[in-house]
Amino acid sequence: MAGYKPVVIQTYPILGEKITQDTLYWNNYKTPVQIKEFGAVSKVDFSPQSPYNYAVTASSRIHIYGRYSQEPIKTFSRFKDTAYCATFRQDGKLLVAGSEDGGVQLFDISGRAPLRQFEGHTKAVHTVDFTADKYHVVSGADDYTVKLWDIPNSKEILTFKEHSDYVRCGCASKLNPDLLVTGSYDHTVKMFDTRTNESVISVEHGQPVESVLLFPSGGLLVSAGGRYVKVWDMLKGGQLLVSLKNHHKTVTCLCLSSSGQRLLSGSLDRKVKVYSTASYKVVHSFDYAASILSLALAHEDETIVVGMTNGILSVKHRKSEAKKDASSRRRRPAYRTFIKGKNYMKQRDDVLISRPSKKHLELYDRDLKNFRISKALDRVLEPEVTMKTPEVTVSIIKELNRRGVLANALAGRDEKELSRLLNFLIRNLSQPRFAPILINVAEMIIDIYLPVIGQSPVVDKKFLLLQGLVEKEIDYQRELLETLGMMEMLFATTTTKESTFTLEHKSDEFLENSLTSVLEKSKTKTNS
Amino acid sequence: MVEEASLRVVRCGGSELNFRRAVFSADSKYIFCVSGDFIKVYSTATEECVHILHGHSDLVTGIQLNPNNHLQLYSCSFDGTIKLWDYIDGILIKTFIVGHKLHALFTVAHTEDSVFVTINKEKPDTFQLVSVKLPKSSSQEIKAKEISFVLDYINQSPKCIAFGNKGEYVAAVRDFYLSVYFFKKKTTSRFTLSSSRNKKHAKNNFTCVACHPKEDCVASGHKDGKIRLWRNFDDDKKYTYTCLHWHHDMVMDLAFSVTEGTSLLSGGRESVLVEWRNATEKNKEFLPRLGATIEHISVSPAGDLFCTSHSDNKIVVIHRNLEASAVIQGLVKDRNIFTGLMIDPRTRALVLNGKPGHLQFYSLQSDKQLYNLDIVQQEYINDTNLIQIELTKAAFGCQGHWLATVEQWQEKETELELQMKLWAYNKKTQGFILNTKVSMPHEDHITALCFCNAEKSENPTLVTASKDGHFKVWILTDDSDIYKKAVGWTCDFVGSYHKYQATNCCFSEDGSLLAVSFEEIVTIWDSETWELKCTFCQRAGKIRHLCFGRLTCSKYLLGATENDILCCWNLLSCTLEWSTKLNVSVMGPDPNSENIAAISQSSVGSDLFVFKPSEPRPVYIQKNISREEVHWGVFIPRDVPESFTSEAYQWLNRSQFYFLTKSQSLLTFSAKSPEEKLTPTSKQLLAEESLPTTPFYFILGKHRQQQDEKLNDALGNELVQLPLTENIPAISELLHTPAHVLPSASFLCSMFINSLLLSKESKSAEEIPDDVDMEEEKESEDSDEENDFTEKVQDTDSIDLGEDIMHQLSKSEEKELRKLRKVDYSWITAL
Repeated sequence: MAGYKPVVIQTYPILGEKITQDTLYWNNYKTPVQIKEFGAVSKVDFSPQSPYNYAVTASSRIHIYGRYSQEPIKTFSRFKDTAYCATFRQDGKLLVAGSEDGGVQLFDISGRAPLRQFEGHTKAVHTVDFTADKYHVVSGADDYTVKLWDIPNSKEILTFKEHSDYVRCGCASKLNPDLLVTGSYDHTVKMFDTRTNESVISVEHGQPVESVLLFPSGGLLVSAGGRYVKVWDMLKGGQLLVSLKNHHKTVTCLCLSSSGQRLLSGSLDRKVKVYSTASYKVVHSFDYAASILSLALAHEDETIVVGMTNGILSVKHRKSEAKKDASSRRRRPAYRTFIKGKNYMKQRDDVLISRPSKKHLELYDRDLKNFRISKALDRVLEPEVTMKTPEVTVSIIKELNRRGVLANALAGRDEKELSRLLNFLIRNLSQPRFAPILINVAEMIIDIYLPVIGQSPVVDKKFLLLQGLVEKEIDYQRELLETLGMMEMLFATTTTKESTFTLEHKSDEFLENSLTSVLEKSKTKTNS
Repeated sequence: MVEEASLRVVRCGGSELNFRRAVFSADSKYIFCVSGDFIKVYSTATEECVHILHGHSDLVTGIQLNPNNHLQLYSCSFDGTIKLWDYIDGILIKTFIVGHKLHALFTVAHTEDSVFVTINKEKPDTFQLVSVKLPKSSSQEIKAKEISFVLDYINQSPKCIAFGNKGEYVAAVRDFYLSVYFFKKKTTSRFTLSSSRNKKHAKNNFTCVACHPKEDCVASGHKDGKIRLWRNFDDDKKYTYTCLHWHHDMVMDLAFSVTEGTSLLSGGRESVLVEWRNATEKNKEFLPRLGATIEHISVSPAGDLFCTSHSDNKIVVIHRNLEASAVIQGLVKDRNIFTGLMIDPRTRALVLNGKPGHLQFYSLQSDKQLYNLDIVQQEYINDTNLIQIELTKAAFGCQGHWLATVEQWQEKETELELQMKLWAYNKKTQGFILNTKVSMPHEDHITALCFCNAEKSENPTLVTASKDGHFKVWILTDDSDIYKKAVGWTCDFVGSYHKYQATNCCFSEDGSLLAVSFEEIVTIWDSETWELKCTFCQRAGKIRHLCFGRLTCSKYLLGATENDILCCWNLLSCTLEWSTKLNVSVMGPDPNSENIAAISQSSVGSDLFVFKPSEPRPVYIQKNISREEVHWGVFIPRDVPESFTSEAYQWLNRSQFYFLTKSQSLLTFSAKSPEEKLTPTSKQLLAEESLPTTPFYFILGKHRQQQDEKLNDALGNELVQLPLTENIPAISELLHTPAHVLPSASFLCSMFINSLLLSKESKSAEEIPDDVDMEEEKESEDSDEENDFTEKVQDTDSIDLGEDIMHQLSKSEEKELRKLRKVDYSWITAL
């Protein structure tokens, strides 16, 4: 009593890279725009506020780029030596940067000269950041110290001297104005609390730490150093959550996607890897031309900016989705059509008779259900189907063959329909997955249409094309067999299992045999 | 201790349900069908078997309701008896001994004391319709001698005979003839269609006949798919017929709707039930995809239900509006069994090929199909010439967690399509769900399939052996990523041995060794590393069966060859332990013991040998278990172990051996005496329990409630008598009165208790009759208008019963109580 069972469409595994949501998402960017900087790009930072400009630190300059501009809209170049780590404040109005000479400079975005200069570090300052309350600046330097500065009166408030090597990275908590995290070449990442004057948590990374990142919630900390990216659970007192080793050179920069679902890491091995923050598995990876030093994502992942050691800044913009909107403009049924009758509340004396849900059937299934076999075959021979999903066409042909009506369905076609059928054969006959059934179809067509050959130049041409294809394929198979024979000789000397090779051998033989039979037939036909 | 009679081979269940038309009870609540030597009574609402009527000693060939008492059922059988049954209670009422082999049974309403049966007299192919007078007698067994001849040269099948228009005439068809016999005139008219020599009418043969319930109209079905409606057949010259043609193949059965006869039902090989309205070609309705050829159609006397019997041993109950409402499915038998007999480790159900492309799970305990698993999942095209996809192999693995199936389709020699499917058991849906589909797992036919069933094995492993000379090892691999969780099967290893065809494969009990036979050679592989360990070759023909010993005999490997040699190898010494000449056709190990059963074929019949591999002497031998070839056999673990003490039967203690013969009868061994039948222990759900509440139910419910009340009263009486030896009137009074009539419990409680403590306050005997009189008078005064006779009787009855209550009541209270009771009684009688 079961209803009509639709035809099973044979699915074939898609070879190559798996298509997932992530690959689709991360491949949906335009070709990168390359901008040449003066030196290695050590830091890229996006302004958190619209219009989402970004500051690029390279050599002794800081360039501010607009979203789509290839030329800097502003340049801060008043550094005596290399500048480091130009970072926007949360409101996007102030910019702070360290420099090789140990100075920390604060700029107004609209101005040119530094607003404040914080003097106190004796060596290069590689990392600076604003605290969550916006009024303080944190800086870490090669003199092993971490300092907290007050912006209004440009004074040093605190100094932490707990690190025993260069402090090269750090960040302040976005939630708590008193918390800051620094990573150092002494292999440790320390979390400081400005209220206690000392580190509250210290974790051992194992390698010189190149980059640290706090999750927006502040509960998780990511540190990168050496080939490792490690994730720490700060709420458990700095327990190691996961250690990732997916790069084969030092990881230099970390970045979170705007949704917080994906973590990106850039490395000297010229790759950017995308991790899922749920499972910490690599879901995608990008390749770049040179070793990557810095990486930033714009608001809503609109732009990926990567800075490299050779001074090239690569900017990728997301493809606009305007096209999609246009196509989905088609009017859909209103909401009430879907809930029609569904929200009826059963009254006391009512007997509810639910209508059996209607199973959706494809058009060809409807035809097959009613035994309209030629119609069903016509439907799957539409160019739309044959080009996009040839497996559907082949499955229907197989089903017709199973029902024993394939010859009936193939017969009685005019020139146009026949050439369409022959086109499909020419396109797909040589594919091993379709070959067994399509060779059958080719034989049947030749049998059926042999009497009318020579009546239509279009069809004759198609037949000749098919013949050429079959000949070519036979030559090809013969060559393959020769190669296999040679390889078998080689393998026989190494006395291993030859099983897999004999397997292929057989299938090829089969293909060849059947192809030759088709060839003979088509030859007799063309001769006549 | 079971008394040990000699071991007998018994047929166990799975008998045909579609042998004859099913018959509805008068109220359409039950449906009867013949099933081997039994008659089965099913509930149409629940599909449950309510009764099995035992009694006939041979195949039951016909059943009909007794036209004079619709609670009784006639049945006839090859054993020459007609039996009368009370089907509600499942009791045999009477047996009429006719003496001939009875082939079909008919009853007609107006001939009260006689029934019609089909018998064959002299030649094997000529049958006669005779009327048998059933003598009235009180004894259980009566000889019915009065046989009067009605029609000669008729078809054996009851489909070819029909009684029309309240039994005025009978129509019978055979080959190209339609004969009509009129009872009143006692004449026969015969109509002949043009014979087969004419090419146009090559398939004009009659196949079935049906008579209109009201009009003089006979419908006949033909082999070419036509239906002819005959009218005016009382005249040999003026008769006419009209043709209805939809079926493209033989019409298997016809039936008119009972009440008006306005619609005609027909069915055939297309498995589509066609309803012709008003006997016109245009007005027809269809119920398609019934699954298999329709063999019989029957209509309930009330006219609200139809039912169709199908060739796959199934009865479908269909509503008047052509909606299938219930399916009664027996063991499907009409196909070749390729998969053999298997046991589902979960349900202990027997698993084998079912409907085309399906695997059926059949419960041996309840003789019922549990469910069908659609393996092929393709639309089934009902065409005799078509080559269908065959389900050739199946195996269960990992305690029923996995099921592997192989299906093949071969149209020509070179074109072989193979598909292997792996099904995972889903606990939520309690069924198998397709997990992996492998197309063309091998280049050639798959000959064997086995799972590694060792308990310790962490990874499920499957081995397939094929004629292409390879065996492949498939393992379950984790295929999940962050987007989805998935497990699938992949090929792990491909093995071969000198390009011989692999014919069998078998895992040892602990899963450490795999034995694969390549034609004459048995190879042993290590299942860890897939290294070839050793080979055995006896040069005694191709290996047909292969199995490892179990438990204490696990060091032995058994192989049966085509040259009738059974070999036993010792795996420790790698030598032949023993061999014997035995033509083994079936070999199966018992999962619960070391025993192995082997069935050998000879020209006379099949013999069973049960043996342990370690001992050269068989445990048990039974010669000639079946005349036919035995195709498959399997041990099924018993739910409750038996306790045979005698050594010969000990092998049956923990498992039972079932086997399937060539004619597809399922047989087993029983040591019980023939009287103790293998009765299925099915719960007998009655129809009432699970009836849905429809408006009809509420209307009909009134009658039923009354019946129930009576029943409850009767029950109440019995219950009272159980705890008390004396029949205390107060209690019976209390229980006789319906609950809603009684005053509140608190009001009655003290009175009731007091009534039980009557010893002290004993009244004198004279006072009582006075009391009664007085009360009677008063009562008549109270109720002038509703002074029923019945009521009075009731009251007088109850008074002497309830005297102990009464004397405790004040007058006003008494009045009150009486009033209450009267009012309510009148209400009930009004109903």
